Amino acid sequence: MSVNLSAFLYLISAVCFILALRGLSSAATSRSGNMYGVFGMVIAILTTLLGSSISRYSWIVVAIALGGGLGTVIAKRIKMTALPQLVAAFHSLVGLAAVFVAAAALYSPETFHLGSQGNMKATSLFEMGLGTIVGAITFTGSIIAFGKLQGLVSGKPLTFPRQHQLNALLAIALLVLLFIFMSTESASVFWLLTTLSFALGLLLIMPIGGADMPVVISMLNSYSGWAAAGIGFTMSNNLLIITGALVGASGAILSYIMCKGMNRSIFNVILGGFGTDPASASAAGTNTSDKPVKVSSGEDAAFIMGNARNVIIVPGYGMAVAQAQHALREMVDTLKGKGVNVRYAIHPVAGRMPGHMNVLLAEANVPYDEVLELEDINHDFASTDVAFVIGANDITNPAAKTDASSPIYGMPILDVEKAKTVLFVKRSLASGYAGVDNELFYRDNTLMVLGDAKKVCEEILKGLKEH
Amino acid sequence: MDIHTITEQTTKILNASRELTNEAKQLETMTRQLVDQSGTAHLDPFVIGLTVFALACFVGYYVVWKVTPALHSPLMSVTNAVSSVIIVGALIAAGPAISNISTTFGFIAVVLASINIFGGFIVTQRMLQMFAKSK
Repeated sequence: MSVNLSAFLYLISAVCFILALRGLSSAATSRSGNMYGVFGMVIAILTTLLGSSISRYSWIVVAIALGGGLGTVIAKRIKMTALPQLVAAFHSLVGLAAVFVAAAALYSPETFHLGSQGNMKATSLFEMGLGTIVGAITFTGSIIAFGKLQGLVSGKPLTFPRQHQLNALLAIALLVLLFIFMSTESASVFWLLTTLSFALGLLLIMPIGGADMPVVISMLNSYSGWAAAGIGFTMSNNLLIITGALVGASGAILSYIMCKGMNRSIFNVILGGFGTDPASASAAGTNTSDKPVKVSSGEDAAFIMGNARNVIIVPGYGMAVAQAQHALREMVDTLKGKGVNVRYAIHPVAGRMPGHMNVLLAEANVPYDEVLELEDINHDFASTDVAFVIGANDITNPAAKTDASSPIYGMPILDVEKAKTVLFVKRSLASGYAGVDNELFYRDNTLMVLGDAKKVCEEILKGLKEH
Repeated sequence: MDIHTITEQTTKILNASRELTNEAKQLETMTRQLVDQSGTAHLDPFVIGLTVFALACFVGYYVVWKVTPALHSPLMSVTNAVSSVIIVGALIAAGPAISNISTTFGFIAVVLASINIFGGFIVTQRMLQMFAKSK
């Protein structure tokens, strides 16, 4: 296959990837979009295999079969609630693959047409080193994100003194090493560069808390793209550059949307340690015990919702943890059977990854036209009888609007306080991730239903059927 | 000096001058080629790559803003699958007939990227099917 022909086929593959992302602009076109993605990948792989650089196929077939088999089994078995950690794990693989490709190019530059060992161009070495740094950071960062989401590593922000100084020092060391690598082409410098990048990846994600994971995952998504683009520059391969840029841009936009959903800057999230200020946490703790809270039961909740005309459901991470989406949908079906108008309101940062709640509700067969985004439904709370908050907290806290000293001040919230009655389904009265007390709990029109989200939904369902 | 010698000398001079013209012409074409080449030879592959990269960032920016927020999870998993196109580099690394440390690295990278490609596309398809079902 001539070089021009393969470049042309790579272009077709890149266009397919663009169409794959384009397809996600609506649910109707999304599946054909995914097929474009698969098609583009098949073209890319076949073009490479039929190119002149491949002279032995047996091991490659084994490798693809091994990886493909493993990937297929994982993807088919995974539960939808475990989706965020799966995505994190997949990101780590892209990062590690980038490191290995760069290492392969370093040890045999002839294979990649980069000259011979000992006299590679400085630009090639720079691109290679940069791809490795980003890839290695993506790898260990994603492993920590995976650990936090899976509960293997504490979801609490892990901070220690002089953390930021250490990170800055590491970053400077990496830059210096990159320039040494450019001038010496030394393999030991390369591995030192890789090791330090692994360390930086760990240190960067460690201090970021569990509920900031939507930002972290998006950021790592972005990094995995930049790593692929870096390798694309090393190989002078336009397909890798285009795809890397697409993925990088996508992750960056998602990070931006998530940060905006919390009214925090990306730096604030990356620097981590949100909600760990001991003074504010203890202050919130003393407040809680003083004020009276109305605690209600599933039966009461069933009665209130059964007699309502409009109900808006506000799901949060608690729903995912309890895997309550199916029970919730059954409850809603019964309510609809009684003529109640039920809709869902999704906050951009609800859950642990962008779009997390939407996927869980879709899994439970909730029609997607009943699931609305914050800006589309927020005006309707005032004319709603019941706001049913299930496993969410900070995203409903009016302090974000009224209390300028609150850490969540300025964050866009769902205006559940405007509803006639607010039902909070929570495991306990503890404060949310931000460590901020929610004044809504103590209002007259708020009823707390304490317990596991799934069990509460089942109780309410039972109550609804009895009436 | 007789007329015969003069004619012979003149023909020689004529031939020599013709050759000179030819050579001058050749030199001209060669110079031109050199000039033309130097125009393209300065365009480093890095610059071409950077051009493609910058344009692709813009394409990505506009395409991703069009994605509906409800499908942000599938967007993450599909971009994840697509970024495994890094397998192209892994395949080239694993390709050579003689095994060495580079082909081993290539082999590992092909396995890692394949997990991602199959896993990423399948899990995306699973999610999208749920959205289709819940219509």
